[in-house]
Amino acid sequence: MSIEVRKNSQISQDSDYILRPDNEEKVSQIIKDLYKKNLPTEIIGSNSKSFIGNKLQCAKILDLSKLSGIVEYLPEELYIKVKACTPIANIEEVLKKNNQQLSFEPIDFGYISSSKSNKGTAAGCLSCNFSGSRRFKSGSVRDHVLGFRGVNGKGDTIKSGGTVVKNVTGYDLSKLITGSFGTLIALTEITFKVLPTKDSSSTLVIHEDSKEEIAKLFNNIQSSSNEISGSVFVPIEPNNKKYIQNREKIFSFNDLKNEGPFLAVRMEGSKKSIDERIRDLTIELNLKNKKKSLLDVHQSLLFWERINNLEIFSNTQNSLVRIVIPPFKCIDLMKYLNRDYKYYIDWCGSLFWIEIPDMNEEKLLNIKDYIIRLGGYLTVIKNSTPLNDIFTINETRLHISKKIKESFDPKGIFNPGKMYRSV
Amino acid sequence: MSELALPKVDQSIILNKDKIVSKLKRIIKLENVLDHNDEIKPYETDALSAYKQKPLAVVLPENTQEVSKILKYCNEEKIKIIPRGAGTGLSGGALPLQDAILLSLGKFNKILEIDFDNKCVVAQPGVTNLSITHAVQHKGFYYAPDPSSQLACSIGGNVAENSGGIHSLKYGTTTNNILGTELVLMDGTICRLGGKTLDQEGYDLLGLICGSEGLLGVITEVTVKILKKPQTVRAVLIGFPTIEDGGNCVSEIISSGIVPSGMEIMDKALIEATDNFCKAGYPRDAEALMIVELDGTNSEVDELINKVSDIAKKNNSTSIRISKNEKERLAFWAGRKAAFPACGAMAPDYYCMDGTIPRGKLSEVLKEIKRLSKKYNLPVANAFHAGDGNLHPLIMFDANNKEELRKTEEFGAEILKYCVKAGGVLTGEHGVGIEKRELMCEMFNDNDIQQQLKIKKSLDTKNLLNPGKVYPILRKCAEEGRVHVHRGEEKFPDLPRF
Ligand SMILES: Cc1cc2nc3c(=O)[nH]c(=O)nc-3n(C[C@H](O)[C@H](O)[C@H](O)COP(=O)(O)OP(=O)(O)OC[C@H]3O[C@@H](n4cnc5c(N)ncnc54)[C@H](O)[C@@H]3O)c2cc1C
Repeated sequence: MSIEVRKNSQISQDSDYILRPDNEEKVSQIIKDLYKKNLPTEIIGSNSKSFIGNKLQCAKILDLSKLSGIVEYLPEELYIKVKACTPIANIEEVLKKNNQQLSFEPIDFGYISSSKSNKGTAAGCLSCNFSGSRRFKSGSVRDHVLGFRGVNGKGDTIKSGGTVVKNVTGYDLSKLITGSFGTLIALTEITFKVLPTKDSSSTLVIHEDSKEEIAKLFNNIQSSSNEISGSVFVPIEPNNKKYIQNREKIFSFNDLKNEGPFLAVRMEGSKKSIDERIRDLTIELNLKNKKKSLLDVHQSLLFWERINNLEIFSNTQNSLVRIVIPPFKCIDLMKYLNRDYKYYIDWCGSLFWIEIPDMNEEKLLNIKDYIIRLGGYLTVIKNSTPLNDIFTINETRLHISKKIKESFDPKGIFNPGKMYRSV
Repeated sequence: MSELALPKVDQSIILNKDKIVSKLKRIIKLENVLDHNDEIKPYETDALSAYKQKPLAVVLPENTQEVSKILKYCNEEKIKIIPRGAGTGLSGGALPLQDAILLSLGKFNKILEIDFDNKCVVAQPGVTNLSITHAVQHKGFYYAPDPSSQLACSIGGNVAENSGGIHSLKYGTTTNNILGTELVLMDGTICRLGGKTLDQEGYDLLGLICGSEGLLGVITEVTVKILKKPQTVRAVLIGFPTIEDGGNCVSEIISSGIVPSGMEIMDKALIEATDNFCKAGYPRDAEALMIVELDGTNSEVDELINKVSDIAKKNNSTSIRISKNEKERLAFWAGRKAAFPACGAMAPDYYCMDGTIPRGKLSEVLKEIKRLSKKYNLPVANAFHAGDGNLHPLIMFDANNKEELRKTEEFGAEILKYCVKAGGVLTGEHGVGIEKRELMCEMFNDNDIQQQLKIKKSLDTKNLLNPGKVYPILRKCAEEGRVHVHRGEEKFPDLPRF
């Protein structure tokens, strides 16, 4: 049952089913009560990513969406402190006025669920730790969280970190809670590191079909000192008409010449330096005889936005998985996928987004087995059928994760089973 | 140095020393268990050398299995363990306890794999930071975090302390540059966190371990990311008539959207000290000296240098020199790198502090340090990683004068408290260790500390791994010692100090 439906069906029976505190103090009081009564609780922000993770069966919903607003933004100190459920879109808008950004490029999951933008909240973004194309150069969400405040499973308000980057005072809990899918803490406030937006950007598109050649290019791009800040490969597989049409629509740019598969490379900086780097890269990657397109700053911005909006999979009814592997293994995975799946590769060969039709438990296990053998991990982002084990974990890490969970949430009331059935 | 409170000694362990040592000698090679006084003396302190304590015994395991067996045995017998890398830590993190086994990673000194394809290096924890760069530089790669102790400190110690360096401003600290570790928990469990992929799925245990100061597990393998060297690196040396002008210049450079690879400031006391010490050729009339390093492509670096110079002029700079070649760039750094020894030459002892503050508070905090220097009648020289607000005030004193020593400790604690008051933190890169343990309550309340202790307890139920470090044990937040160097008899005197 979707949360909306559940909300509607339950509200009449239990007016306290959804709890909507508007400050930290109330969050703490509510959780103290939930702890006392041992009530499993689903924590939600704006619900933009609620389809990720195992389905929950909870006694209560703790809706933190009222904790919204910018607490403090000091552009010269390169940080922004926000209430936990401030929409990412609002944060980006404010930063933009000062020519700054969240440089991990938050992913927009709105398109895959409802064909329109919905970047969700700061807390949602932090809880998933999914970063966009700039990740391999600038770091992930977790590398940009300087500190937080929140309430643990006993109702105690805790904080960690601060507003400065250089900080080794106590355990780095900001890292630990990033990617924890709301299973450790109810976040109330987050401080993000922000960075200046570069003056300009350009995207060099290399029209290339051969898998071997793509893998070689990715490898050489990673070895380049030309400060590449994005590198994706968009194949034309599978060869189905609907997909090709959709793909053409998304990537229809004045200067994008060819309809075939392509590898795109982004450079950001001053116009002059970009021109210099493009010249340099053309020699370095031996691109002289290859078909190329060059997207200027306007097209380039739009191009990467569409990549990070996952628009290729807009409104998909199929399952969607996210796979991260060591970059040099991308050739193996490309071959494994053959022409059977719709996918694209980001992070210069490391990150695969793959749509899987007719997903079932066996299919998932097979792919996951293979990914583990490659030294990577797989997360089911959207599932068309209920599945077990939608995350990748081994026995030892599961054992440690359970202990960590207990230290934050001793009765296991926050999002129980969201990541792993037993955590 | 004031008396240091340490965890209660378990007399039964001391009484059972012979039994424990002989058991350890059955777990690992005989010659890798040290228990004679002269053998264990080198392990009695780290680079916070004011505190000394011999452990019960020292073990030097050679592989992960041995580490696991030692920990399992010690866990069962309730014997405390102190992990140790190269012993360059400045906060006493590797200080032994009388009833503890010191576990040195000294024999874990091999690079296991150089993987240019996946842009990473797999190393044992005892490998030094710099030798990783040495192993990959022939192909134009390097490992980015560069603590000034990089010649001696171990990569395992770097992970345990989340060490930084002058280039952390652009490239981050250890936590942003590692991909995986192998870890042994106190109960002997061996686990792998991360690998050769970017990010982990699930709880970021790698992020938790990084900076955990040896309290959560023993690191037995580290996978680090390597980067391609930038095409061009140049430095600018800028003199300012007041420290405020220097501070304002730092803020304005950052606000303008430039992220230099390094940005350092020295105050007048240090300019003179270093120039006397190593004839660095610094402008002696300046009240503050800034070194800004920029890297990238040729034209980008040129452009940025012009921008930085313009901002400096706007902030009343009195001199600007731009490095014309690599030799000159290194010469700019020579004085800065001699900062610690230069202070050592000026006074019998010095204390090095390590607070971080918001950049904009630089001149305010400096003024306060100056005021305190007058109040305590003790000279202080200041070096900062200004770009990220990390201060290293060096208080000069004579430890033979007990009253001066007491005053120095008080002075140091007041500086750190002021850093916290100014919106900063107690330690930017040297760690809490035993040194700043009792000051933790300045930053954290009981709930915050309890949550951290619960994590510790969940992985080390009996509190046997490096106990007495990081978290207050006096619970009165007393002011304790800082880096103490007596008559230049510091540990690792040859290393540059930032
Ligand atoms: C001259 C000098 C300059 C310095 N400059 C800098 C600098 O620029 N930046 C900076 O950040 N630091 C600096 N330091 C501090 C120090 O070098 C770093 O903290 C370094 O990372 C410590 O490494 P180590 O191998 O010496 O660790 P140790 O001193 O041996 O240990 C440090 C801590 O880590 C733990 N530990 C060590 N190895 C392991 C392991 N394998 N598993 C689990 N725990 C472990 C120990 O228990 C201890 O708590 C400097 C020190 C000196 C003496």
